[in-house]
Amino acid sequence: MKCRKCSRQAVINMRQHKLALCEAHYPEWFVLQVQRAIEKYHMFGPHDRVLVAVSGGKDSLTLWDVLLRLGYQAEGLYIDLGIGREDGEPGGYSTLSREKVERFAAQWPGVRFTVVDLWAEYGETLPEIAGRVQRGRGKPCSVCGLIKRHVMNRIAREGHYTVLATGHNLDDEAATLFGNLLHWQTGYIARQAPVLPASEDGFVRKVKPLCRLYERETAAYALVSGIDYIYDECPYAVGATSLHHKELLNRLEEESPGAKLQFYLGFLRAREAGFFCEQSEMVALHPCTNCGQPTSAPGLCAFCRLWKPKQEPADDRP
Amino acid sequence: MKIIYRDKEWELKGRWRVQDAIKEIGLLPQTVLAVRDGKLLTGDVILEEDDEVKLVAVISGG
Ligand code: SF4
Ligand SMILES: [Zn+2]
Ligand SMILES: [Zn+2]
Repeated sequence: MKCRKCSRQAVINMRQHKLALCEAHYPEWFVLQVQRAIEKYHMFGPHDRVLVAVSGGKDSLTLWDVLLRLGYQAEGLYIDLGIGREDGEPGGYSTLSREKVERFAAQWPGVRFTVVDLWAEYGETLPEIAGRVQRGRGKPCSVCGLIKRHVMNRIAREGHYTVLATGHNLDDEAATLFGNLLHWQTGYIARQAPVLPASEDGFVRKVKPLCRLYERETAAYALVSGIDYIYDECPYAVGATSLHHKELLNRLEEESPGAKLQFYLGFLRAREAGFFCEQSEMVALHPCTNCGQPTSAPGLCAFCRLWKPKQEPADDRP
Repeated sequence: MKIIYRDKEWELKGRWRVQDAIKEIGLLPQTVLAVRDGKLLTGDVILEEDDEVKLVAVISGG
């Protein structure tokens, strides 16, 4: 198959766009798609300070790479959850993924990169916390999501970033939408968007610049661009429902190219047309009495309640 | 040819189109990328008997 633009050998064929591109034209196309999404959804501009949440995986490193290439003020945040560290062995999932991020960041000297090490800062790893709280029963993913959301917002606020960017791709978004539709979780459906504006009570603006690109395309971009990312999954991702939904959507895609794209873009259009308006009864938020981040719970936020027994989690470690 | 995916390996006899070889070992072509000698391959490329192809999973998440 030949590249549409130069007729050299193509490296990828995107059936949903009827577009095959070569090693040189593919990354160019990809970067342009990201730029278009940023503009189309008014995500941010050159004066914004963007905090990119990086996990060491292909999507977030690709996002960071593209934003830097486009000349945005994009700085990284890696949250070390301490996954795999509990066995006492270095080289667990968190260690490996952190190394990938550090190696990537080293290629961009002068670009700021923050690491929040859960164990060093709060005294426990994710599996340790999840093991002792009700919310962590069975799988640590719910606690993990809570921690990541909290830390990302905290670092964004402390560092005076105007935007928080995550590497969610179209497959992630389509799988989330599919899952939410299966259960008709109308509240979640209404809030699923490429941009979540900042809230007055202290949530930073959130954007997903890769939301129109297939997971296959972000992987291809990472490979063609020589981005060294972590192939292995988080050990807790095994058997996740979202993976099952992705599989189902990919079966559909196999038979009708473009099905995932239509499913998601159709949703965004319907959303824009007002089909899914957010429930008007606004939940009143107020600052957490410990950390000051917005919460609907009285007193401590859900994050601070994780650490409740210790009160001052960070400071009492030797 | 030899196909490598995660920690598994397959031997296929004869010549195969990339996408047929992927289906033959039971995977969805949309969910992997094929790499030969460090280069990405489109699904229509014909693989020769002595080729070695690595498949990279593109699906991740939790
Ligand atoms: S799979 Fe679960 S525990 Fe692992 S990073 Fe994702 S949410 Fe966190
Ligand atoms: Zn070309
Ligand atoms: Zn709090």
